[in-house]
Amino acid sequence: MSLPLISRSQGSGHRPRPQSGGHPSRSQGGGHRPRRPSLGALFVSPYALFLLVVFAVPLGYTVWMSFHRFYFTAPGADVDAPWVGLANYVDVLTDPVVLRSFLNIGIFLVINVPLTVLLSLTLASALNAKLPLRSFFRAAYYLPYVTASVALVAVWSFLFGTDGLVNKLLGDLAPDPSWLVNSTLAMPVVAVFVTWKGLGFFVMLYLAALQSVPGELYESAAVDGAGRVRTFLTVTVPGVRHATTLVTVLAIITGSNLFTEPYLLTGGGGPDHASASPVLILYQKGIEQAHPDFAAALGVVLVLFVVTLSLIARRFTEKNDKKGA
Amino acid sequence: MNPSRGSARRPLSLLVLLLGAVVFLFPFLYMFGESLQKATTGDLGSAIPRPGTSGTQNYEAINTAISLGTSLINSGIFTMGVLLCTLVLGVLAGYALARLHFRGRGTLFASLLLVQTVPFQLLMLPLYVLVVRDYGLGDSYLGMILPFAINSTAVFLFRQFFLQMPPELFEQARIDGAGELRILWRVAIPMARPALLTGTLLTFIGPWNEFLWPFLVTKDASMQPLAVSLAGFMSNLRGTVENPAGALMAGACVLAAPAVVLFLLFQRHFTQTNIDSGIKG
Repeated sequence: MSLPLISRSQGSGHRPRPQSGGHPSRSQGGGHRPRRPSLGALFVSPYALFLLVVFAVPLGYTVWMSFHRFYFTAPGADVDAPWVGLANYVDVLTDPVVLRSFLNIGIFLVINVPLTVLLSLTLASALNAKLPLRSFFRAAYYLPYVTASVALVAVWSFLFGTDGLVNKLLGDLAPDPSWLVNSTLAMPVVAVFVTWKGLGFFVMLYLAALQSVPGELYESAAVDGAGRVRTFLTVTVPGVRHATTLVTVLAIITGSNLFTEPYLLTGGGGPDHASASPVLILYQKGIEQAHPDFAAALGVVLVLFVVTLSLIARRFTEKNDKKGA
Repeated sequence: MNPSRGSARRPLSLLVLLLGAVVFLFPFLYMFGESLQKATTGDLGSAIPRPGTSGTQNYEAINTAISLGTSLINSGIFTMGVLLCTLVLGVLAGYALARLHFRGRGTLFASLLLVQTVPFQLLMLPLYVLVVRDYGLGDSYLGMILPFAINSTAVFLFRQFFLQMPPELFEQARIDGAGELRILWRVAIPMARPALLTGTLLTFIGPWNEFLWPFLVTKDASMQPLAVSLAGFMSNLRGTVENPAGALMAGACVLAAPAVVLFLLFQRHFTQTNIDSGIKG
């Protein structure tokens, strides 16, 4: 499945990447000719083998499995896996729980993307000035990003529990049933948790993007008499739009692949699958209930879904690019 | 960038940043504070440990419930195995991709970029069938390490670093008759120390924090890394201790501590690479 993609993008390997400095093109193009071509192949062979065993074979295996009736067997046992055509795909696409999990990706995106863009752009703009304690703030925002999800989910489940701090502070305003067992609020809490955990990464991303917005644009905006808000909207926001595309694409990938959060924070995607993600369903159906063929088909559908959404997101910003230029 | 503009809105910026810092740091403070409380109340005040009501009972309780020592050793072996493979095999691959010629180099580099966009979750099911069912590697360190063995982001990082080194250095060593392994060991690696450090840090947090894969592979509690055994405590074993919330917070502190300490020590190395690899993607 991955092979056509690889051969199409083959050329990119020879082009030196922009951030790699000026030297590589010289050393790669002319200079020394390969004297012992086998040595390079020897050096990369463990890594190439690793990619084959851990990526190529499993990907091919999933596609194969999704078209067959497949059962778990003991190691060594040989059981037939008959071809069933699209039967697994029909099962996947008509399963209400699967459809609910795809709806949940939508809920996740609607909360995560605007919140991430708004908060990280605000914090990055505030950080992009000479201020005391800058490195302290950067560290504080980045800390959740490097910390284990399981540890942070533990704290959040405690904070948002029925007798947790959040409900105690809210008093009579606390939702009933409480956050994590409430079918309307469970998915939003998962989305807010993921936003919080990953925000530091995006603050740094926007901070890097802000450095590349030309200073003259701010000067000419000031000459035109634009206020602070208008400058922000007409100079800053368009200037960092590539970072915004990345936020959207990464949010699509993250939202489709949540596992730890719904599994632990909302007790297995509960209540009644209101916070289930496709990957959680993949685990429950494929491994817990031993229907690996169903899960394989779900995996393929999920990949196609993510690739399609990402392409749409990219196309959308490219169109805006042309309009802007 | 615009320091002059910055001075006018300084107080507002500082206020926003401070508010942000509270939101990000409070859960950490709360986690640590509650882990030291004899009885967790869930109140705001319990974020700050006070003499009299605090102690290390929760750490003892979680240690009895999930045997912290064994879990930490398992986490350590898992992480060290991945680090070792990445630092040996990944550096070799990065060096060859940057400095040596061989057939299929372009294809391999394209694959390296491609696999970084494939989320691990999608490979979970076929890998589970292969590793646990077909190869019988369930409840083994090898099975845990295999899918993470060579960190592709680190290979990419090593390649970029070797590419940036002046080619004259390598020419000179070759003229002097040094073999490629010798050049790698004597010339390239000593110069690549910063990249090796960054690669080590970024490879470390992956397996240390990982939950899904070791959770699938290890059913035997004595083989589970800390992230898995703590999650098991969270979903099944709460009833076995007197103060479940406190014990959970204590376990969370132990799990979080190594990555947090490494991050605080080497902050710049973390943020820099992740941004580079993020922009690339």
